Amino acid sequence: MAEETRTPSTDRPAGDGPRSGGDRPPSRFGGRSGPGGPPREGGRKFFRRKKVCKFCVEKIENINYKDYRMLGQFVAESGKIVPRRLTGVCSPHQHRLSNAIKQARNIALLPFAGRAS
Amino acid sequence: MNRTYELMFIVRPDMVEEDLDKLIATLQSGVQASGGAIKSVDKMGKRRLAYTVRKFHDGLYILMVVEGGGAIMHELERRLRVTEPVIKFLTVRIDEEQKRLDKIKQLRDSRKKVSAQPAAAAPATAPAEAPAPAAETPATA
Repeated sequence: MAEETRTPSTDRPAGDGPRSGGDRPPSRFGGRSGPGGPPREGGRKFFRRKKVCKFCVEKIENINYKDYRMLGQFVAESGKIVPRRLTGVCSPHQHRLSNAIKQARNIALLPFAGRAS
Repeated sequence: MNRTYELMFIVRPDMVEEDLDKLIATLQSGVQASGGAIKSVDKMGKRRLAYTVRKFHDGLYILMVVEGGGAIMHELERRLRVTEPVIKFLTVRIDEEQKRLDKIKQLRDSRKKVSAQPAAAAPATAPAEAPAPAAETPATA
């Protein structure tokens, strides 16, 4: 009985994931417009692609503060560091990434707040 | 105590090239006098700042790689702080990170070698091992 009540609750965050993590429009829109009808009949009609760590895939080990263009991909419009649940970056790389972004901010390569003018 | 540091600093955009060269030369002599060495100086040119610093919107970026102990960097930073045209600086220690990167690179290279070799190495070792027991067994018998 306890297990039955638990399973829907574990399913729900998985369903909520793409809504909050709306970082990947292709998979989202593909899921919505694909069936044509109402977006969610059975609860999970959409397809979510597994996010992968960019640094692991491309084998980038050197995450450097000087590479502000690359770091810019992981900074939101507001200047915030994008959380890894949205970008899919793995934990060790996110750690280095956030350090690099903070260093870049200090030397005025990236903004603390707002977009770089 | 030998460490490698990366020192990036920004000078005001209206600084004349000659003054900048003079500043770099004085920094260099100061570091050398205290037993360090400046490995490289890279003028990265003018760049728009991400935010205003001392009412400046642009700045000339200079990147230096310095070798030496912490005391040298401390002195260098103090000097930059009192130098009026320098509006911002950042020191990062890079030798540990470089060591880590070298290690990873080495690991990857060694893995590549292993994956490339077996085709050639495996048949070579297999016949070499096979005769050895055969040679041993008559000796024991």
